Amino acid sequence: MTALDKKLLRDLWLMRGQVLAIAAVIMGGVATLVMALSTYDSLLTTRDRFYRDYGFGQVFASLKRAPESLAGRLADVPGVATLETRVVTLAKLEVPGFADPAVGMIASLPDHGAPRLNRLHLKRGRLPAPYSENETVVSDTFADAHKLNPGDRIGAIINGKRQTLILSGVALSPEYVYQIAPGAMFPDFQRYGVLWMGRHALAMANNMNGAFNNVSATLTPGTKPQAVIDRIDELLAAYGGIGGYSREYQFSNRFLSEELKQLKTTATLFPAIFLGVAAFLLNVVVSRMIATQRDQIAILKAFGYGDLMIGAHFLKMVLVIALLGVSMGIALGAWFGVSLSHVYMNFYRFPYLDYVLRPMVFVIALAVAGIAAASGTLLTVGRAMRLPPAEGMRPDTPEVYRTTLIERIGLQRWFSQPSRMILRHIERRPWKAMLTILGIACACGLMMVGDYQRGAVEYMLDVQFNRSAREDLAVTFTDPTAIGALHEIASLPGVRRVEGFRDVSANLRFDQHKYRAALYGIEPDGILHHALDTDLNAVRVPPGGVVLTDHLAERILHVRPGDTLTIELLEGNRRVIEVPVLGITKQYLGVSAYMQRDTLNRLLREGDVISGVYLSHDPGAEAGIYKRLQARPRVLGQVAHANAIRSFNATMGEFVLFFNMISALLAASIAFGVVYNSARIALSERGRELASLRVLGFSRAEIGYILLGELGTLTLAAIPVGFLVGIGLCGVLVLSFNSELYRLPLVLEPYNYAMAASVVLGSAVVSGLLAWRSLGKLDLVAVLKTRE
Amino acid sequence: MTCRHIPYHSDMTQTIFSAQGLTKVYPMGEVTVQALRGVDLLLSAGELVVLLGPSGSGKSTLLNILGGLDTATSGTVRYRDLDLSKASDKELTNYRRHHVGFVFQFYNLIPSLTVRENVAAVTEIARAPMRPEEALERVGLGHRLDHFPAQLSGGEQQRVAIARAIAKNPAVLLCDEPTGALDSQTGVVVLEALEKVNRELGTLTVLITHNAGIADMADRVIRLFDGRIVEERRNSTKKSAKELSW
Ligand SMILES: Nc1ncnc2c1ncn2[C@@H]1O[C@H](COP(=O)(O)OP(=O)(O)O)[C@@H](O)[C@H]1O
Ligand SMILES: [Mg+2]
Repeated sequence: MTALDKKLLRDLWLMRGQVLAIAAVIMGGVATLVMALSTYDSLLTTRDRFYRDYGFGQVFASLKRAPESLAGRLADVPGVATLETRVVTLAKLEVPGFADPAVGMIASLPDHGAPRLNRLHLKRGRLPAPYSENETVVSDTFADAHKLNPGDRIGAIINGKRQTLILSGVALSPEYVYQIAPGAMFPDFQRYGVLWMGRHALAMANNMNGAFNNVSATLTPGTKPQAVIDRIDELLAAYGGIGGYSREYQFSNRFLSEELKQLKTTATLFPAIFLGVAAFLLNVVVSRMIATQRDQIAILKAFGYGDLMIGAHFLKMVLVIALLGVSMGIALGAWFGVSLSHVYMNFYRFPYLDYVLRPMVFVIALAVAGIAAASGTLLTVGRAMRLPPAEGMRPDTPEVYRTTLIERIGLQRWFSQPSRMILRHIERRPWKAMLTILGIACACGLMMVGDYQRGAVEYMLDVQFNRSAREDLAVTFTDPTAIGALHEIASLPGVRRVEGFRDVSANLRFDQHKYRAALYGIEPDGILHHALDTDLNAVRVPPGGVVLTDHLAERILHVRPGDTLTIELLEGNRRVIEVPVLGITKQYLGVSAYMQRDTLNRLLREGDVISGVYLSHDPGAEAGIYKRLQARPRVLGQVAHANAIRSFNATMGEFVLFFNMISALLAASIAFGVVYNSARIALSERGRELASLRVLGFSRAEIGYILLGELGTLTLAAIPVGFLVGIGLCGVLVLSFNSELYRLPLVLEPYNYAMAASVVLGSAVVSGLLAWRSLGKLDLVAVLKTRE
Repeated sequence: MTCRHIPYHSDMTQTIFSAQGLTKVYPMGEVTVQALRGVDLLLSAGELVVLLGPSGSGKSTLLNILGGLDTATSGTVRYRDLDLSKASDKELTNYRRHHVGFVFQFYNLIPSLTVRENVAAVTEIARAPMRPEEALERVGLGHRLDHFPAQLSGGEQQRVAIARAIAKNPAVLLCDEPTGALDSQTGVVVLEALEKVNRELGTLTVLITHNAGIADMADRVIRLFDGRIVEERRNSTKKSAKELSW
């Protein structure tokens, strides 16, 4: 090993604190990259494999009822590879020991053997026995939420008749990776589940013997889904078909795709921000570290070491650090990635996880860290090398001290001598001070990005449930029901207020833009459920038209108020109607199209009917109300907002918190790395000066004040700048997180600021303490022995 | 003993350095500092030359220019066939690597390398160096090979610096106040080491001091004042370092 390499190893060891701190900065950036990208890649790969292995359909259609004889004609539609008919129905479920209302989606399985499409992955147990009357397979989410196992019994009210079902197995399906009750905002695994029963038994219970109400199909390669859908729609039109749709619009897959799209944004944006900031900080930190080695560069040069050799030496030094940081980042990121994927799999149910860490991720990590470190090094080494060696070996060029601005404007009497030294030192090198401030500010800003989602999600929930959908309970009926039901429910004990709503599936069209949505008719003067204007105040939905969520209007349909929207009603009289867009509403979760209930009912020509009821009730009255409603045959689902929020917190909330925690942790490691390095570098740059002051009789406290006072001043100055950086970075996040599932609001709570500031200040205090310790070890004699 | 790997060594009367009209101006913000105001100089192989002068008279500046560590503002300076005032960065690096050994007032050892490794850092890139151990023997430090600079006294550190400077068998040894930071007893040991190198290896040695007492060990004494050579004399009798005191 050459002497220079030995120097390298020893220097690294001597600077190990700093080395680790720099590595921590890189680690933070790289771990974010690896975590986000590997989670995204893994979920994508897992999804694709699951879809492929279990024959997930590519085209789906629902209808009222068609004879099985139609199946052959459907299968003959050109482009169809495999087609399967099914009976699918909603049912109320009763789980022993669970009082709340629960709803199940029950799909039929062939009476013999496994389905050809949308096959089940059995986690436990087996498929129902052939022609079994009462055996059922239950989705794993529902089974796990109720700790159900094969052999257990649950009650089901199918088509108004109560039946006892026996669990034969617990399964996952590519069709129900994401499970959410109709009309619900979030998954609720206790109150919604998917069940599978033998076709015969389910058909009997639904008067569907020899008939079907659901079709799914796969296509031959290269077939365009729309052509097949159009043909199927034609065939089903006479049988109450409500419009076929491709896999792209399949409910579970749609959510999953949107979520993956979001994740992809996360996987690009977060690492870009984190790695970008880390790279900048790395560059700053490395160049300052190299600057402290200026005299060594000069010595090597005096010995006749060439520029290349010296450059290579320092390059090796930082590349070792970068490599250390990258390896730590990859290890940590992979670990977080696996954990994050598993958190995802709590609400996106896959039978397995194919964890994927593409080599490309390593390459990106290495390249970014390497380039950032190398450019910082080479620029600084280059600068040091351009100096004649004689110059480099001189102690730093005699500093031109000046009285500071503060002193010139006559404020000096407010400052002690050491304070004046601090101010002069900062003012003398404003550029360096600014870089330090910017570095710490970036770390502070990152902290805010990492911690931001928590508050944003809380805010979204608050707007959704305390301003817009303020009902305690949303009740849905099996079919549109006469308005009289509203009054009956109003008279239940404990019910305070009721508002009826009508909803209908519809295709919304404007120009070439199309969106399939539920069109809601609500009471214009309702106080429980209403639309919000852009200032988040309740607005009255005007008569004779529709109001749309801003995202739906602007991003999806590209309509403006005043435009005419084409609506294809997919239920009832299935008319195609034209209505004016009358306004834009604000909503963070999901997208909605609202009309007045009367307007919608007039368009449907069905008289005054409702699909469900929003209600508020007395505190504590919910148990009685659930029970009474559950007993009504026309009542299908009940969604309680308290439960929705609770289940959100248990599923997606957990994910947000996990992600929040990880990003905050990584941001904190970056923040610490930066602040600690600033302290170390200040110490090595000024050690001699401080030791001289010690020799002159300054106490350790006094020189400590001079050194740490500067760091403290810069840190304090950096925090407000950091807040601005944080707001900016969060703004970038808000602009990119923009999907029909949710839009993040740009809200930063006081605790976001407090958290970011405390992490930065905490890092400063710890770094200060470490520097303080080193001050005690300053070698006073060395100052007298050498230079100056 | 005669390890003369550098080609031009043999002839004692051969001119190594020749300088004409050297000036050096340092810009210092609005003012400038004139460190050298026209220096003419000839230095021959094997000589031991002492540069005398008060602090600030331009000694270090002159030495740094001779050593290729700095460039003159005007005038020419040649090292044998090489015009240092026109040399490229690469030529200067090469010149320093193979022909010059430096000893600085503040030793400038690399703190993270041992005594042996400090010397090895130079011999590794030299063309025909002696072994680091041999160089250290010559300055009487053969027994401290594996110590770090911080574990040595100032005099010992300076002797390491000398070993490091001579290990490449340089044609010239440039020493900038090598005893400036040492007490006189330790200083004598260091000077003895330099004297020995000069005598045994025939290395042209230029030694800066502002201490007139040291001048007695030189073949030639050159006195600088305010950037000019004000006196040049040849010692008829050369004292050995042991006999010096200051
Ligand atoms: N890099 C430099 N920048 C500005 N002035 C310098 C620099 N180096 C030397 N000087 C000035 O040049 C003059 C001569 O310096 P120097 O050669 O170091 O003197 P000596 O070694 O004789 O004490 C001094 O006035 C010194 O302050
Ligand atoms: Mg000098």
